[in-house]
Amino acid sequence: MAITAVVLTLRRNLFAVVVLSGLYSFLMATVLVALDAVDVAMTEAAVGAGISTVLLLGALHLCKSEESRSTRSPWLPLALASSVGVLLIYGALGLPDFADPNAPIHQHVVPRYLQNEVDVPNVVTAVLASFRGYDTLGETTVVFTAGAGIIALLRRRKSSTEKNRDGK
Amino acid sequence: MENNLVLRVVGKLLIPFILLFAVYVQFHGDFGPGGGFQAGVIFAAGIVFYAIIFGLDQARRIVPDRLVETMLALGVLIYAGVGVAGLFLGGNFLDYFVLDRNPVHGQHRGIFWVEVGVAITVCGVMLKIFYMFASRGQREEDA
Repeated sequence: MAITAVVLTLRRNLFAVVVLSGLYSFLMATVLVALDAVDVAMTEAAVGAGISTVLLLGALHLCKSEESRSTRSPWLPLALASSVGVLLIYGALGLPDFADPNAPIHQHVVPRYLQNEVDVPNVVTAVLASFRGYDTLGETTVVFTAGAGIIALLRRRKSSTEKNRDGK
Repeated sequence: MENNLVLRVVGKLLIPFILLFAVYVQFHGDFGPGGGFQAGVIFAAGIVFYAIIFGLDQARRIVPDRLVETMLALGVLIYAGVGVAGLFLGGNFLDYFVLDRNPVHGQHRGIFWVEVGVAITVCGVMLKIFYMFASRGQREEDA
């Protein structure tokens, strides 16, 4: 996965970058399966590797497939990114161990979720659709807004080109 | 890619199973991994696959733009409608316990319809974005 990430940043050909990011998503999905987060892994494989690769290829079809060279020096962003990375690693060292039953996150609302008063075997579905129904309603609305935004943006473009053609 | 025999045959074989798998993920979401979001994306992916192999116009004939745009709004409406139905039956907004005499069955019913709403919206949005991008490319080729 690390190799994929490094190659991803070094490549200039955007087609290769798109394919590699799909590969990265699949590797990420296997990591998530290893962490027992099957629902998230499924989403990652379907959205990250599937749909977004297709959409990026579609976008690539509309523009040049070679990345232009950056004019600025890369050192400041590199230093910023690596210092944030070091900070995150330092913070992660303070987290409780993986799957530690005494971790704070397992003491708060999780016991109630796991008692499962809604009687749905998949806890993830129960939490998403029932306990946090408002949250999911908001998410669905966000997805809807994204779709509406895409329609608003690209539709207008279409009518303006048609106008241009009529003008010619 | 419309003339590639291997792709056409394999696509025709695979697409029904992709769509069936999406439906399975949708309705089996209560018991195994999956749910509305994943099901919507997989269903959209199946149709995108079809569009890539057989051409955008063919896919548009099967899943027309009007349908996709209706799906976009319909999903959110179903989701919010479940909430409002809870209000009418004497509970809070998005309270599933009142949807059936047996509260547990009410929860199941609520979750089921909510997931249907999520799936429809997600599928519609994914297809719409794909159609938009793909058709822009086509128009520029024509010009």
